[in-house]
Amino acid sequence: MTKPMIGILGAGKLGISLGQLARQADYPVGIAASGPAEKIELTVEILVPGAKAYTSEELIQIADIIILAVPLSKYQQIDSLLLQDKLVIDAMNYWWEVDGTDQVFSDKELSSSERVQQYFEKSIVVKAFNHIGYHDLVDHAKQGTKENRKALLIAGDDKKSIDQVEKIVDDFGFIPLNIGQLKNGVILETGRPLFGASLGLEESKEMVKRSLEEIRK
Amino acid sequence: MDVNQLKFGLDTFGDVAVDHSGKQISYEESIRNIAKEGQLAEEVGVDVFALGEHHRKEYSISSPEIILAALASVTERITLGTAVTVLSSDDPIRLYQRFATLNALSNGRSQVMIGRGSFTESFELFGYDLKDYNELFEEKVALFDKLVKGGPVTSNGRFTPHLENMEVYPKMTEKKLDVQVGVGGTPESVVRAARYGYPLMLAIIGGNPIRFKPYIELYKQSAKKFGNPIQPVGMHSHGVIAETDEEAIERAWKYIVPAMNKIGLERGWGPMSREAFENEIENGSFYVGSPETVAKRMAKVIKEMGIERFDLVYGINGQRQEERFQTIELFGKEVIPRVKEILKEGN
Ligand SMILES: NC(=O)c1ccc[n+]([C@@H]2O[C@H](COP(=O)([O-])OP(=O)(O)OC[C@H]3O[C@@H](n4cnc5c(N)ncnc54)[C@H](OP(=O)(O)O)[C@@H]3O)[C@@H](O)[C@H]2O)c1
Repeated sequence: MTKPMIGILGAGKLGISLGQLARQADYPVGIAASGPAEKIELTVEILVPGAKAYTSEELIQIADIIILAVPLSKYQQIDSLLLQDKLVIDAMNYWWEVDGTDQVFSDKELSSSERVQQYFEKSIVVKAFNHIGYHDLVDHAKQGTKENRKALLIAGDDKKSIDQVEKIVDDFGFIPLNIGQLKNGVILETGRPLFGASLGLEESKEMVKRSLEEIRK
Repeated sequence: MDVNQLKFGLDTFGDVAVDHSGKQISYEESIRNIAKEGQLAEEVGVDVFALGEHHRKEYSISSPEIILAALASVTERITLGTAVTVLSSDDPIRLYQRFATLNALSNGRSQVMIGRGSFTESFELFGYDLKDYNELFEEKVALFDKLVKGGPVTSNGRFTPHLENMEVYPKMTEKKLDVQVGVGGTPESVVRAARYGYPLMLAIIGGNPIRFKPYIELYKQSAKKFGNPIQPVGMHSHGVIAETDEEAIERAWKYIVPAMNKIGLERGWGPMSREAFENEIENGSFYVGSPETVAKRMAKVIKEMGIERFDLVYGINGQRQEERFQTIELFGKEVIPRVKEILKEGN
């Protein structure tokens, strides 16, 4: 079966790292930043061999799955209609130094990924790849073996999409761990115990359990 | 690789040391000690002494050039640099003037490493908006670059004065200013350094450094594309050196880890595990151990990365003054010669 094309929006630290893992796992990969493709062409060619640079509009058209790896304060620059019916993986976090403090990105009512889902109302949003630092993502990926893998946590509401993301996480060299509905994704946000974590499966499960109890209190 | 061309540097952010009771010494004392550290670095044969610029409680250096100017008059050989100067929140014209002055006082031994910095306090302090992070840097590098190249300057920016054929003094007539660009993990910054034709320093603070190797290729290819000469590439990482591995590891655990965790807390990630710490020492970005251990790791990384400069960031998180001195001394007297020896054997 041919692998779906992954389109990564964001050619920064995370976008490039995800692109590297996707290429190693033999996915067709496109990467876009905010400007013209030429601006990142050389970067993509050298840092992510086998991937191609596009403008975000072009990339959204041709990719099967989109990963959002842009600053959280920037996703609303992306035309939500273009992403209609696509699977959108939200890897974004609130980072006050980048995103500022004047806008609310997550609160008791709505987690950041739920807001992203509201914005991309005609797409299916799954939260993944957000809680691990970009060095760890590259250093801890184990594509050759299933032993001693670290877990990456996934939250989403649509079974079929979750399955797809689980497959990607597995191909990238991690154990996918589904933590339930998209709103549960709040336990992976900045400042939560799981944020920044790169742990084995058992330890992750334990922390997920505790974190979920915490938010239900 | 020409081992004799390799440069070794010591960098500090100006962490205020602690006394025997664990209390921070005064800022004044810290600043005077750092000047002594620079002198010691020259004495033990280090090539570059570079200071950070911070505006936070735990650091005493917010004006690195003043300490460097004091050092200019008591040293003869060592390069006096910054790592990094936060250009985004600085005034490029005054920055040029400060370094032109330092360059004169040091007989051309000054070096400025411009970067965006990893902290953001300076934005609020000097009245800048973090939203303009990229634009500020881009515009100021452009102006600073014109000043360094010399000649009358014409510039019309959003954040810098409107200048029409303006001359800025003092001119550097003997030796041009040595400008370097310090970058973290952002590929765009690598391309920018190549676009201006400045040497590149990679700040590698965590994870396997080899991951950055493609960045060096990106830098070289970009320089070619822009028609600029390919300048040297270096890296800097944290380290602690002591007589024995055990001592150094204990010290690193005591100082480096809490410092990282403190930043983590501010930014929202969790504490570093012992396992992650040990990984950093073994294959990652902490250079911790006896001189022999550190030299071996450094030699390996220098060779694999193909870099021409390695700076060790010493004295993180208020170590005791004698511990700061010890890392400097062992680095200069034992690690540097040993790294060269290992690399020569391997050639
Ligand atoms: N760094 C990590 O370790 C890490 C880990 C997990 C999650 N994350 C999350 O991932 C996201 C990206 O982080 P990062 O560290 O990779 O940031 P970064 O290095 O600053 O990169 C951000 C990228 O987003 C691009 N971008 C901005 N606006 C865009 C738009 N409207 N359309 C397309 N691309 C756009 C930028 O391109 P231009 O240069 O053209 O603006 C840049 O390539 C953030 O939400 C962050 O919280 C980061």
